[in-house]
Amino acid sequence: MMNNEKKPKEPLFHIAKRPAISWQKAWGIRVIAILLAFLFSGLVIMMLTKQNPISVYATMFDGCFRTEAKFWQLLQEMALLLCVSLAVTPAFKMHFWNIGAEGQVLIGGLATAACMIILGGKISNGLLLVVMIVASILAGAIWALIPAIFKARFNTNETLFTLMMNYVAIQLVSYFAMVWEKTKGAGTVGEISFGWLPRIGNNDYILNIIVVLILTVVLYIYLNKSKHGYELTVVGESENTARYIGINVNKVIIRTMLLSGALCGVAGLLIVGGKDHTINSSIAGGRGFTAIMVSWLAKFNPFYMIATALLLAFMQKGAGEISTVYGIDKAVSDIITGIILFFIIGCEFFINYELKFIKRHKEGE
Amino acid sequence: MSKPLALELKGISKTFGSIVANKDVDLEVRRGEILAILGENGSGKTTLMNMVSGIYFPDEGQIFVDGKEVVIRSPKDAFDYKIGMIHQHFKLVDVFTATENIVLGINDGKKFNIKEAQARVKEITDRYGFQIDLDKKIYEMSVSEKQTVEIIKVLYRGADILILDEPTAVLTPQETQKLFVVLRNMRADNKTVIIITHKLHEVLAISDRVTILRKGEFIETVQTSEATEQSLTEGMVGQKVSLDIERKDPENLQERLIIKDLNVTDFEGKALLKDVNFTAYGGEILGIAGISGSGQKELLESVAGLQKADKGSSIIYFDPEGNEVQLVGKTPKAIRNLGIALSFVPEDRLGMGLVGNMDIIDNMMLRSYKKGKTEFLDRKQPRELAEEIIDSLEVVTPSATTPVRRLSGGNVQKVLVGREISLNPRVLMVAYPVRGLDINSSYMIYNLISKQKEQGVAVIFVGEDLDVLIELCDRIMVINSGEITGIVEGKKAQKEELGILMTKSTHGEEAVDDE
Repeated sequence: MMNNEKKPKEPLFHIAKRPAISWQKAWGIRVIAILLAFLFSGLVIMMLTKQNPISVYATMFDGCFRTEAKFWQLLQEMALLLCVSLAVTPAFKMHFWNIGAEGQVLIGGLATAACMIILGGKISNGLLLVVMIVASILAGAIWALIPAIFKARFNTNETLFTLMMNYVAIQLVSYFAMVWEKTKGAGTVGEISFGWLPRIGNNDYILNIIVVLILTVVLYIYLNKSKHGYELTVVGESENTARYIGINVNKVIIRTMLLSGALCGVAGLLIVGGKDHTINSSIAGGRGFTAIMVSWLAKFNPFYMIATALLLAFMQKGAGEISTVYGIDKAVSDIITGIILFFIIGCEFFINYELKFIKRHKEGE
Repeated sequence: MSKPLALELKGISKTFGSIVANKDVDLEVRRGEILAILGENGSGKTTLMNMVSGIYFPDEGQIFVDGKEVVIRSPKDAFDYKIGMIHQHFKLVDVFTATENIVLGINDGKKFNIKEAQARVKEITDRYGFQIDLDKKIYEMSVSEKQTVEIIKVLYRGADILILDEPTAVLTPQETQKLFVVLRNMRADNKTVIIITHKLHEVLAISDRVTILRKGEFIETVQTSEATEQSLTEGMVGQKVSLDIERKDPENLQERLIIKDLNVTDFEGKALLKDVNFTAYGGEILGIAGISGSGQKELLESVAGLQKADKGSSIIYFDPEGNEVQLVGKTPKAIRNLGIALSFVPEDRLGMGLVGNMDIIDNMMLRSYKKGKTEFLDRKQPRELAEEIIDSLEVVTPSATTPVRRLSGGNVQKVLVGREISLNPRVLMVAYPVRGLDINSSYMIYNLISKQKEQGVAVIFVGEDLDVLIELCDRIMVINSGEITGIVEGKKAQKEELGILMTKSTHGEEAVDDE
């Protein structure tokens, strides 16, 4: 009947889900992945730039740690990135794909700048700061509230909606940059002299860092210890369960997005009032998107995010350094960043799954 | 018994992570024979057959078809060896007719000719006695008809060895009888039929031999004629089990819920529940029987405040003082705020009753997290409750902080039922509470429910196994297409009678099964 001269070959291996893995083993896999990433990107660097990869890596470290100022800049960058990451985390934990952090930060920054320009010099500096804080938080919250309401009412797709809101924010900022331009036709606002966030001691950076670290602790408690945090987790895991136990799902969506937007507003405040002291459409600098990666890599744990934000800030600073030192295109440093992230994220697969090789059958019989 | 061997398995093993699904299983089945594979949920029956039909590949072991060793890597390979499997979940295109679904995906290199195909399908249906309208579209079909299409599909592809995975789970007793007639015809035609099941009386009714699996291991193969329900159960469970449910006569019946003219319409205007009227009493178990998807879910969710009922519907709840409370139009939150102790074990355990990614403690908290005046969570009481349930219901878990999705089906259900009973309910609604559970866990759940009844709780029990409904419930209400077709005393109920009510229609034009 069936002639099996052409017997199909047995597969060599198959993929199986791992049982619970010990944390030592999991971290072992991660360390191996990072080493492999550096090895592989070293090869790429050699092929593309003919430079010695070791010295390229050394330059990356130099870019972040050579001088005290560079080190503080690294920490500030980490803090700002962390702030936006904290902002997107409640939304993502609720499975609300808020990719509009970029726009929410911009609008928060715009509101800050507006206060600084319009009220600067007219009211006392202390009062101005209070107004800036309130305005930036409100602006960010409103920018997040709009897609949240549409999601709750009409079940619109929040990913597209928040993405579109980014472009609106960019155009608004560009418009106001023209309105407030310093010299006619320059199109830039230039440095605003009022409403700078205070310095602590003699250090320009430390205030931002402290504020963000406090927010980290607060958000950790909010997500893990408060009833609100519990509700948003349940909504994220299963809306059916949420309705079953009597959670008002729409209310939670709106409340959580208000929080998410408000934190983005704070990030805008810190950037404009505490770092740049000006406004233009690139002040968010892609942090709204990088933050998503920071948050996911840390599995939505605010404390782990300190580490992942530091890693990504380091990659960014280091990459910038090698492109100036070696005069190579910035794209090369982006490639390295990409390779390393690919390995870090890819290794999660090997933490969750294993390759099993199939034992050979005895021939004949 | 000199019929030739059709299929033989030797030393088949398969593991998923640390879970051993099959270990060193041997099995043989002959031409012209019906073999039942019997085992509890999770004993590896389906996994074993999935390896024969090419869904999984065994880690170890050999498969022989007609005495020759074969390697089956895909369902296509399986079909080349004339092996076909009918899965529990049907894979049909809704907008196509039966014939179109049957011939779909066949590439024999010839120009497709629907007339010729129809003739061949017709020949198969006549030969084995299938009763089906081949021009009917799938979305117009009942579950039983869809299953018939799946079986014909496999036969059309030339299968000589047919594997059916729990084929009777979705059928009424009458439909089951029809299926068995077809299967006997196939046996007479020298086909090999393997039927996966955990229902003992079906094994005894249809099979020639039975292979019993327990926890992934081969236990024994026996002649059906020499087996009894008791001997088969012992083989499955590995110990003596009493298959009796203690049913005390209901005492002190009190009206607890009066449901009047309950109508539910979906957003397309289709009626999901039509003029439902009944009363549930405290101290009684009211069973609800019916083909799945007949409105059971909507009925329970209407009471729980999860389903919007139409205007004019009424669900009256009597509180301990005898006051009437109207539940229609109230949200689950409003119902809870009124202090109404209403517990609900929904059909979808991990999608509605529990959150799979949360641990047992946080799942206990689902019902109680609102307690306390502060904005912060109190995990102390939920932790104590979790420990208590793990202890008293013998939940097998590494700890109370294990995510519930990592627990087995039976333990998940114990966590859910335990939590709902801990609320000291006055109304307890359970939907398919033992689906996927092993025998011991099932009986533990039945007894928990019986105990609730003895404490004066009004229990509403939606079930699928008619034998269990008859044994457990004081009254059985039958629902079909959203209508109540009858209420029968549990003690006097006959399976056949319930089966007829399950397909009976009060409106002639919507008859599902007009015989």
